[in-house]
Amino acid sequence: MKILIGIKRVVDYNVRVRVLPDGSGVDLDGVKMSVNPFDEIALEEALRIRDAGKAEEVVVVSIGGDPVQQQLRTGLAMGADRAIQVKTDAELQPLGAAQAFLKIVEREEPGLVILGKQAIDDDNSQTGQMLAALWGRPQATFASKLVLNGTSARVTREVDSGLEIVDVDLPAVITVDLRLNEPRFVKLPDIMKAKRKPLDVVTLEELGVDAGSNVSVTHCAPPPQRAKGIMVDDAAQLVQELKNRGLL
Amino acid sequence: MGEREIMEYDVIVVGAGPAGLSCAIRLKQIKPELMVAVIEKSSEIGAHILSGAVIEPEPLDRLLPDWRDDPPPVCIPVERDEIWLLKPSKRYRLPTPPQQKNHGNFIVSLGAMCGWLATRAEALEVDLFPGYAAAGIHFREDGSVGGVIIGDMGVGRDGQPRDSYVEGIEIHAPVTVLCEGVRGHLSKQLIRRFELDRHSDPQTYGIGMKELWRVQPGKSSPGLVQHTTGWPLDKSIYGGSFIYHMDKDRIAVGFVCGLDYADPEFMPFEAFQQFKHHPMVRDMLEGGEILSSGARAISEGGYQSLPKTEMPGALLVGDCAGTLNVPKIKGTHQAMKAGMLAAEHIADTGRAEGFDAKLRGSEVVQELHQVRNIRPAFYKGFWRGFLRAAIETVTAGKLPTTLRIHADDTALRKLDEYTPPDRHWVQRELPPRDRLASVYFAATAHDEDQPVHLQILEPDVCTTRCPVEYGNPCTRFCPANVYEMVEDDAGTALQINAANCVHCKTCDIKDPYQIINWVAPEGGSGPNYQNM
Repeated sequence: MKILIGIKRVVDYNVRVRVLPDGSGVDLDGVKMSVNPFDEIALEEALRIRDAGKAEEVVVVSIGGDPVQQQLRTGLAMGADRAIQVKTDAELQPLGAAQAFLKIVEREEPGLVILGKQAIDDDNSQTGQMLAALWGRPQATFASKLVLNGTSARVTREVDSGLEIVDVDLPAVITVDLRLNEPRFVKLPDIMKAKRKPLDVVTLEELGVDAGSNVSVTHCAPPPQRAKGIMVDDAAQLVQELKNRGLL
Repeated sequence: MGEREIMEYDVIVVGAGPAGLSCAIRLKQIKPELMVAVIEKSSEIGAHILSGAVIEPEPLDRLLPDWRDDPPPVCIPVERDEIWLLKPSKRYRLPTPPQQKNHGNFIVSLGAMCGWLATRAEALEVDLFPGYAAAGIHFREDGSVGGVIIGDMGVGRDGQPRDSYVEGIEIHAPVTVLCEGVRGHLSKQLIRRFELDRHSDPQTYGIGMKELWRVQPGKSSPGLVQHTTGWPLDKSIYGGSFIYHMDKDRIAVGFVCGLDYADPEFMPFEAFQQFKHHPMVRDMLEGGEILSSGARAISEGGYQSLPKTEMPGALLVGDCAGTLNVPKIKGTHQAMKAGMLAAEHIADTGRAEGFDAKLRGSEVVQELHQVRNIRPAFYKGFWRGFLRAAIETVTAGKLPTTLRIHADDTALRKLDEYTPPDRHWVQRELPPRDRLASVYFAATAHDEDQPVHLQILEPDVCTTRCPVEYGNPCTRFCPANVYEMVEDDAGTALQINAANCVHCKTCDIKDPYQIINWVAPEGGSGPNYQNM
């Protein structure tokens, strides 16, 4: 079986994200970029499945300009067998990303697609679900445990009320949550090996996917600053201050 | 844990700063067939680099003659120089000494420039390994340096391997070039082991703190370079500030204090924050926001403190040797030149031996010799130092005397021996509120489940002698609030907030008992500076 993994290049989670003064977006100047942490978890799971002998090949896919090759190389250094860059300078939205993935899925015919449950930049949590719908295959989202049983997978999902266990027939799309595993550290010699692994480039146009978007961002703003607090002497003053502010 | 995996290279460079990257690039330019590895502890190249920075372009012209066609991301030609003497609310313009004239120089972000140099190095097939800390030295059987040992990953706070444990490998090479920067933790061990400082004065340091601001439109004059001296420091403390006006409404403001100060109660971070409240600076910053902040020690000993820069199998290059030119307030050009010289030496001979003589015969050390008496002249206070600096400048360092350099850790006076002067400090209003708020802008990150990388060699001292003698100065000289004295049922104890550490090395330097030992945390830990 072949496993396909999506990798998104995002602003590193340690970076203090700042909105541009003109509100047109987020300041990316000099900002560290990394693999979306949930995608790292997806890849780790795929590597564990392969290393347990239940899959033969792990392929990482990323959509974007040439800088995404850096994140694909990270994926290869972690242990993926090969990489595919879907080259585009356009900012894809979840639907466009799902359509591009579908084309790769049709070419590669994987037995399993594992994606992060969401990307930490736009927090949409839509690509996996859309891909499953377009592909016409089952989906299991927010996985915190994954067990393969031949032609199906048993997935433990993190839901509001606790945990939900579902069985899905393969091929399927699974999106993963934080608790599924702890991604491995990359060994230094594996960085060198990753340089020699294949990285294929295909353009969005070649796949016949339209990058057009249905959503446009009109304005970005940082959350309002918290106002300075005051110290009150007793409960009576607290009530009075709350009343003064129309909160009581 | 068995035998560590080994990788072989021709040259290992430890540290991807201006020295290390210049060395690696030059090596591949001269001998493309050499296998060159650069190890860097920060998560990406440039993320641990903090500098002003105004740089001289000459070494770049030599290293990458076409660099002006594709300049570093932040690169603004210097338009004007100003030097001011500050009094609590007034300022006086001082003449610009010749060393500080910056015509033809550039304001850069040294961090961004290192990222840019790294792409040049990669294009020459240098193997760059950011996110990996060189934790130890590999010694050959004959005692010479044979390479480095990469730190293990995934070790728990208790020292036991976690599920994610990965043993660090060894990298072996005929020559290891240490370019760790100021007070490199491997350099420190090697200087001691090979007694490289036997014939030199002790190194002396400063602590530099910096904030990158986005100010209100119109308040930055791109290309303006301002330096100040005087307030908020009293005459006994050597130091001053820099204010570099960049593009996109950005201003880099920074403050440097000599770490040979005597006052046990002095807090360098507070001095920096006070400085920002001088009317001259406050007007620029008010209404703006901090983009990034951090701190890093600076080597100030220069010529007298320069240790021997070679040992069997390894070289010290850049500020881990201490080639910064203090009166110029610049070290980048020196580090790059020394890096290139090291590359030429290694490409020529394939060995470490002979480098020290070449360095001492080079313009790098010549430049240090010329200005050697300026920094120690300020031991006698500001005005006498100022006068001596003028004489030394006029005579281009040709006077036959050489003043000695004192160590920093012995400079601190005990609580009952020192009464601080009135420094006329003011109520602060500009951010950050305190050191914790400041560390937030350094985006520093350490996995909490790893051994504490600040080792206290004699913990008893912190609760017995030190509170009485110095009042635990680590709680004040650390710019990141790593050290705290906390009360619990058992009494007072030292709490080390290692996750806050910005890798500035001040504690390792200034601790009067010399019992704080900075070791490398897990690779990839530490600050994540942006455009610093």
